[in-house]
Amino acid sequence: MLIYTLRRLASLTVSLIVASFVIFAVIEVIPGDPASFMLGVNARPDTLAALRAELGLDQSLPVRYFAWVSGMLTGDFGISYTYKTPVAGMVADRIWVSLPLAIYALILSTAIAFPAGIYAASRRGGVGDTAVMGATQLGVAIPNFWFAMILVLIFAINLRWFSAGGFAGWDKGLFAGLWSLTLPAIALALPQAAILARVMRSSLLDMLGEDFMRTARAKGLTRRQALWRHAVRNAMIPVLTILGLQFSFLLAGGIVIEQVFFLPGLGRLIFQSISARDLIVVESVVMLLVFLVIVVNFLVDLTYAWVDPRLRRRT
Amino acid sequence: MTLLSVRNLSLSIGDTDILHDVDVDVAPGQITAITGESGSGKSLTALSVMDLLPRGSQVQGQILFGGDDLLAMDEAQMCALRGNDIAMIFQEPLTALNPVKSVGDQVAETILIHTDESRRQAKARARDVMNRVGLDGISLDRFPHELSGGQRQRVCIAMAIALRPKLLIADEPTTALDVTTQATILDLLKGLVREFDMGLLMITHDLAVVADFADSIAVMQMGRVVEAGPTGDVLQNQTHPYTRALLAASTHQVDLPDAPSPDPLLVVDGVTRTYRRPRVGLAAPGVVRAVDDVSFTLARGERLGLVGESGCGKSTLTRAILGLDTVQAGDITLGGKSVFADGLAVRRRMQVVFQDPYGSFNPRHRVDRLITEPFHVLDRPPKGAARAQVIARALTDVGLDPEDAGKFIHEFSGGQRQRLAIARALIVEPDLIVFDEAVSALDVSVRAQVLDLIADLCRKRPLSYLFISHDLSVVRTVTDRVLVMRAGQIVEQGPTEDVFQNPTHPYTQELLAAAPVLPDYATAGGPT
Amino acid sequence: MKVGFVIGAVLSAIVLGLAVLSFVWTPYDITQLDVANKLKGPSDVHWLGTDHFGRDLLSMVMMGARTSLAVALVAVGIGMGLGIPLGLTAAALQGGWLDEVIMRGNDLIFAFPSLVIAILITAVFGASAVNAIIAIGIFNIPVFARLSRGAALSLWSRDFILAARVAGKGKARISWEHILPNITNLMIVQGTIQFSLGILAEAALSYIGLGAQPPTASWGRMLADAQTLLYIAPHTALVPGLTIVITVLGLNLLGDGLRDMLDPRLRVDRS
Repeated sequence: MLIYTLRRLASLTVSLIVASFVIFAVIEVIPGDPASFMLGVNARPDTLAALRAELGLDQSLPVRYFAWVSGMLTGDFGISYTYKTPVAGMVADRIWVSLPLAIYALILSTAIAFPAGIYAASRRGGVGDTAVMGATQLGVAIPNFWFAMILVLIFAINLRWFSAGGFAGWDKGLFAGLWSLTLPAIALALPQAAILARVMRSSLLDMLGEDFMRTARAKGLTRRQALWRHAVRNAMIPVLTILGLQFSFLLAGGIVIEQVFFLPGLGRLIFQSISARDLIVVESVVMLLVFLVIVVNFLVDLTYAWVDPRLRRRT
Repeated sequence: MTLLSVRNLSLSIGDTDILHDVDVDVAPGQITAITGESGSGKSLTALSVMDLLPRGSQVQGQILFGGDDLLAMDEAQMCALRGNDIAMIFQEPLTALNPVKSVGDQVAETILIHTDESRRQAKARARDVMNRVGLDGISLDRFPHELSGGQRQRVCIAMAIALRPKLLIADEPTTALDVTTQATILDLLKGLVREFDMGLLMITHDLAVVADFADSIAVMQMGRVVEAGPTGDVLQNQTHPYTRALLAASTHQVDLPDAPSPDPLLVVDGVTRTYRRPRVGLAAPGVVRAVDDVSFTLARGERLGLVGESGCGKSTLTRAILGLDTVQAGDITLGGKSVFADGLAVRRRMQVVFQDPYGSFNPRHRVDRLITEPFHVLDRPPKGAARAQVIARALTDVGLDPEDAGKFIHEFSGGQRQRLAIARALIVEPDLIVFDEAVSALDVSVRAQVLDLIADLCRKRPLSYLFISHDLSVVRTVTDRVLVMRAGQIVEQGPTEDVFQNPTHPYTQELLAAAPVLPDYATAGGPT
Repeated sequence: MKVGFVIGAVLSAIVLGLAVLSFVWTPYDITQLDVANKLKGPSDVHWLGTDHFGRDLLSMVMMGARTSLAVALVAVGIGMGLGIPLGLTAAALQGGWLDEVIMRGNDLIFAFPSLVIAILITAVFGASAVNAIIAIGIFNIPVFARLSRGAALSLWSRDFILAARVAGKGKARISWEHILPNITNLMIVQGTIQFSLGILAEAALSYIGLGAQPPTASWGRMLADAQTLLYIAPHTALVPGLTIVITVLGLNLLGDGLRDMLDPRLRVDRS
């Protein structure tokens, strides 16, 4: 188990390093001169020179890369060119919207999908199964940002249960914060829940056909007992893969949903930076997003080993 | 008195009738075997007793267990009975166990389901049961993938007998196991039957196992019991023609032409192939010598057998001979050319027939394309009419119709597919054919036909082959000389009859002793 | 044939038909603004109503279908064209360094959701439909690479592949002759699913302004325009949104139906 963890950890590190190369290359190498790119064609020579100096463009690429990476590692994400404030501070404010939103949506999605998938599998071919599968078929087809708009139309504009947008802030209390993230989280979670429920169901159905399920029934377990004690845990193995992928979708999807609800999250920050051509912010925020995705997939790998003893000794 | 009596059992699944008026009895402390070829309905008879039939099954008749009709019971009553009074073990012990639960938990589960015992008590009892089935050295915390095939089947048996059921149903319990393991598992089952005064309903395709093991026997064919009674009577009298045919096929002998004078064709010289063993726990990763300094020669026209149990290295050796894998040391030459260095030049002179009649052909190609695949190695493969002629002859040679050339593989039965595999191997008239467990997946009657075909082909042209099998009786009849392999080494070799009559190596002796054989009175060819 | 498949085929055919029809005919010219008739609800003049510039929504939807289908189709093409060869190569060289590199590369791309790729591309090259195609296409590569590798690996252990190797055929030739035909069905089914996901992704990218730019019509941009008008003209949001739902639903039903017809045992990754 320890060896497995260490190996996963090594692979995580490699992924992070390669990802940082890619991001650095796209942002700082491909445009040629990032400073003139950021300032546009009409920039004055002295501002251009000042920005070049600030970005360290007079130094070689490896030096700049290491400066960037070591800065990130020590929490120094650079200074935003448009806002003239440290990127780290801007990110810190906004990540407390984006991350809770993704986690909230992940919890919702799981809480809906697992029971729905298990229920559908246990009633295979029945009315309940057909109804759940029909609903998921629809759920998979709905774009989350459009679903968000419909939720706003119904619950904010017509019913007035929620405000149509904006974030209350955590300083108003946990509940107020969560309340203003609820519609966005639902909009994010339901389409993902539909996918997850389908995977859960088909994975369970695969397990129901396994020999060990027959053994369990031969021991005297009822259909239901056999399902819960033997099928669910085995069925979790493919479901976990999807769960890991979902987190990255939720994080990315959150960027879009933030636009619908005018939430001050990482998404808004990125779009403002893109239109202001503030590459410093874009570079760091993208790296942060990728970091989060890679770390979550590492955690999923560890969970695999916990669920599946066959993996623990695999080198 | 009988413990289980199945009366007039008929079963249909959907619109297909599977069983017709099946009668089977099991008495306490007695072993009843149901035997027959695949599709005879023997396994579904067993599942009917457990009420674990596939969806859409309709059952008629009576299944009396201790006087109560199981077919009249509802699901809750059956659940109370299963695992408690009636238990079952299955063919493939690896898939029959839940891979993510420890074996101790799985054995204890039977106890927890049916009794009020605490988890702790159940674990203690699981320990006792595991010890009884010969798993004293195995911790309850081990997982199925950490055990050997025989150990896994013992875990399944422990699970089944934990509550001392009155009836145990065993569906091909040793078919997936090696012959020496099979012997120990059969001994264990026999001991448990006597000790617990338990009835055992054994499903098996292997008549030789039945002869030794069962007190009474029911022979099934196409959903009907064609003959039943005490084992000795059935095997000796063979009243029903099907029983007779089955017994004849089980011990089928073929006539091989005499072997020609020795002229080395395939030379395996000091071949060694090692694998790195994955690290287990804290132990250092070791090295497995899958094939350890193996040397032998196959003469032109010789029929050479290679026997050994799973993991003995025969598959690795086969792959090396076929040039599919490299080796760390030694060389393999065919007609003086190395299979590793000379590539295509050797490939065209060697062909193979695999075990699985279903996986051996690309399902998307037609027969003409399938059996001419080896043409690839020819410099000038026949084209047009010549090609059609070659295909037609190849199909005729193996007893198929030239018309079959346009069909897809799913239109053929298992036996026909093996004929096609042989046709594919012969089409380039190779010097050597490797039969890799080529008849192991076939029913006995089909197997007998394919063996006849091989002998027939040998009479038509000088055929040299390496026949790899775990089945000693088959190797005995179709080979001139035999190699016995164990743990990567050839432990004994010699003319086939000599080795079988007077084995010198202790392992060969053990192997031959463990292999179940039909008694002479059953093989005499029926009543005279 | 299943009901779902028929419904899916019909819905997909309608959307495709509308897109094709838009090349020769739309009810109105969407480059002509008609502010006098802005934000009109559905009527017999404008079947689906008009937007804030008075443009006919049906015509917009038809033109948008072109963009969506084209982007998704090319993106699937990129994913298949690069992913399947990579997957087959990795499987043929199983355990080798190239296999390892390809699979690690796949994992890496999975760490960049298509939206993040689009952000990176847009930040440097600006927003356009082409960049949306590239972003979605790149994300499709590992999907097809993984799936084809997995399917190919299980085929490589089959006896008929061994027989082909014994017949002296090389790995490339076996991949082409034996592996590819046997994974085609699986790829087609996954293709329809990636196609519908591509339509969703294109809509999302256009919605946040990283996709097709004006004057190209796009369902996502129609929704972005509709957002501020949600209160006064909800139909401007409902029309393009429902169009997306119907299109994606149709494609998914088609994909499921194809899977059931082609091979009931196919496992398709629905992430």
